[in-house]
Amino acid sequence: MNDNPPPVLEMRNIVKRFPGVLANDHVNLKLHPGEVLALLGENGAGKSTLMNVLVGLYRPEEGEVYARGEQVDIGSPNDAAALGIGMVHQNFKLVPTMTVAENVILGMNGLPFRPNMDEIVECIREIARHYNMPVDPKAYIWQLSVGEQQRVEILKLIYRGAEILILDEPTAVLTPQEARDLNRVLQVMIDEGKSAIFITHKMDEVMAFSDRVCVLQHGRVVATKYTAETNPQELATLMVGREVLFRLDKAPSQPGDPMLEMRDVHAKNNKGLPALQGISFTIRRGEVLGIAGVAGNGQRELAEVVTGLRPVTQGHIQIEGQERTNRQPLDFIKAGVSHIPADRIGMGAVGNMPVSDNISMKGYRQSPMAEKGILRPRQMLRFAREMIKRFEIATPTPATRIKFLSGGNIQKAILAREIDACKGLLVAVYPSRGLDVGATEAVRRRILEQREQGRAVLLISEDLDELFSVADRIAVLYEGRVMGVVPAEEASIDQLGLMMAGSPAEEIDVPTARVMEEV
Amino acid sequence: MTEFLRLLTSVLTITLQAGTSLTYATLGEIYTERSGILNLGLEGMMLMGAVTAFATTYYTDLPWLGVLVAIIVGAAMAAIHAFLSVTMRANQVVSGLSITLFGGGLASFLGQRLGPEAHSGRLAGLVAERFRPILIPFLSEVPVLGALFRQDILTYLMYLLIPLAWYYMYKTRNGLNLRAVGEAPRTADAMGIDVIKTRYLYTIFGGMLTGLGGAHLSLAYAPGWTENITGGRGWIVIALVIFSMWNPARAILGAILFGGINAVQFRLQTAGARIPASYLNMLPYLLTIVVLVVMTWWESLSHLVGAPAALGQAYMREDK
Ligand SMILES: Nc1ncnc2c1ncn2[C@@H]1O[C@H](COP(=O)(O)OP(=O)(O)OP(=O)(O)O)[C@@H](O)[C@H]1O
Ligand SMILES: [Mg+2]
Repeated sequence: MNDNPPPVLEMRNIVKRFPGVLANDHVNLKLHPGEVLALLGENGAGKSTLMNVLVGLYRPEEGEVYARGEQVDIGSPNDAAALGIGMVHQNFKLVPTMTVAENVILGMNGLPFRPNMDEIVECIREIARHYNMPVDPKAYIWQLSVGEQQRVEILKLIYRGAEILILDEPTAVLTPQEARDLNRVLQVMIDEGKSAIFITHKMDEVMAFSDRVCVLQHGRVVATKYTAETNPQELATLMVGREVLFRLDKAPSQPGDPMLEMRDVHAKNNKGLPALQGISFTIRRGEVLGIAGVAGNGQRELAEVVTGLRPVTQGHIQIEGQERTNRQPLDFIKAGVSHIPADRIGMGAVGNMPVSDNISMKGYRQSPMAEKGILRPRQMLRFAREMIKRFEIATPTPATRIKFLSGGNIQKAILAREIDACKGLLVAVYPSRGLDVGATEAVRRRILEQREQGRAVLLISEDLDELFSVADRIAVLYEGRVMGVVPAEEASIDQLGLMMAGSPAEEIDVPTARVMEEV
Repeated sequence: MTEFLRLLTSVLTITLQAGTSLTYATLGEIYTERSGILNLGLEGMMLMGAVTAFATTYYTDLPWLGVLVAIIVGAAMAAIHAFLSVTMRANQVVSGLSITLFGGGLASFLGQRLGPEAHSGRLAGLVAERFRPILIPFLSEVPVLGALFRQDILTYLMYLLIPLAWYYMYKTRNGLNLRAVGEAPRTADAMGIDVIKTRYLYTIFGGMLTGLGGAHLSLAYAPGWTENITGGRGWIVIALVIFSMWNPARAILGAILFGGINAVQFRLQTAGARIPASYLNMLPYLLTIVVLVVMTWWESLSHLVGAPAALGQAYMREDK
């Protein structure tokens, strides 16, 4: 009977409600020693909520938690830490104005009144060396890249001696390279005997990492499976409740008139350093131009330049043959440019405003949503209702403040607004970042729909799969320059990889096979 | 030359006297704001501290008891602010302003009932017990720097408090937690720091120091009670906190600057200068505006200067 050790962690009948939402509905979950359990589910399925219950940030209305066979009451993150539970949250939990070392020890139990920072810094260096995760313990968080910040989150877990790791989409914001590095470190930790609950939307990570998979849908557990006995297609279907297409059918493109023309465009970044250094390309109607590249090579500035948000220091931007260089954002909007920004809540939506207002935020200037400058709320609401239905936005009511929706649904609302207003050019920046497989598919499908309807699309993405399946041509951005533009069907991952590392297309005339051997 | 040195010494002496109440309140508000709570009730709290300290001393002849009462009154008023802004998550600006209005009105009322006027206008303030300067032998004779050692006991205490406050903020576990709560309450909470408790604690602590600052006004700097004895010091402190960049070690700088203006003003007036008094009286407030403009400009240039990121924002764990 006692051959099997008890689960290190068990949740029984957990119920957690938010106003208008049943986030967790009698959830049962077990985590065995040394096991990696993947927790899957659509955006808003209740994964993060469940994990926040485990670390004592949320109080469940019902249910019990057992650790190593004994019932425990986790009332605060400190209680969780005492049980060896540590979590990497979906959003960074770091204080930007403090150093790495200060963040690592922040709030720790049993710290002396005057912590010996030198000792702590040394200890962090030691850990960083052991796990091969270069981080400077004395650097300030605001100086670090996103990838480095995620390393600090992992360091925190290790330093605090967490034995049960809860990882909430740790790779969602990372570049493929950074994600690989992070996963390698996590693998080492697992090999050392730690147990983990791993949340991700990336199927390859689920298959590579986990021993078991638990699928949540609308707050309920709908399936628990051994990873070895399932496959991505089945998991996606379980999550979404319908068949999901990983590859979309794409008709050959039929490029029309030039929509956006960039000629030798230069621009500076926020620090005043050159970010774009002579960008030239053309996008025609009925065509998707994908932009690949490691984050920070000018993608953000490029998107801002073609939407009028950032001044151009040199060069020309033409939309449908009209000169638009350094015009106001409103001119770009009037010229038919739509923008799906990378920063959803900061730039794409007003968190504290209702879903309906957010959706009608672009069409409100014209009839029927406004007459002679006076808003017509009834029309706005009607429009929002229609969009909510058409784009399948899951929201309790149109009056719900948009920040309470899941990431996928916020993105769908932004998409609804921008696509409805789009007359010529759609600029989409990391449009499926952090979205579940179902929402990702929906977003990509909408983008292709725009192309079919004869609009031009500029798609900036760090997901090569996305670029291959949506774009017609792929341009690679490196240090503010275009390394080359290749047709999506002819491009290979290795070719793009070399260009992303800074080799211009002309230099890579080597056959793909040989490049592979060398890499 | 010696005449000039003597003048300098005397200006510096008055500067420190005038700066003491400012420094106490600035230190207090730095701690409060570091926890993310903006307390605009300082003016009202200082006035209440001043009047209660004076009244207590007036009736008991025990200035230390007066100080204690002022500290308690400051703490109580700050606790109201904490309750409104932390627990009820009210708008902190509105809550602070109402505390100032309330404190100002009540202090003026108490001043009439407890002060000299209630006793047939005797100039009670001047005869009551108070904190007098204590001259430290030898040291106080040194030219210029001797000014440091011709102060009352509360100013000497301030000398001690500043390094302690700095050490606590930057070198201890509790200081680290406090700074985290003001910068990123959500992160602090996830790291196991009790955000609510921290905010209550330092808002009340800030109130205690502010009350103490008020007590220094009525028991040492301008002994007695006069209507509006603070003369807007509570507001100047708000600017001083910015000037000090939320660093306790710099709290003294602003206090010296503004105390210095007071001293020069005082000196010029006693010397019978021709500048109309109104212009001199305007100086501290003009300087406040200058400080705000300069600091805001500076803040936009540097990463490390800046208000605690969550200053003025209510926090609730299950909010999104
Ligand atoms: N603090 C909150 N207040 C109100 N509603 C919330 C809150 N947190 C989550 N919700 C709601 O609860 C549901 C579950 O959210 P949760 O964040 O757990 O989803 P998730 O599975 O982690 O999604 P994602 O994949 O987007 O991270 C959603 O409908 C969400 O809008
Ligand atoms: Mg989540």
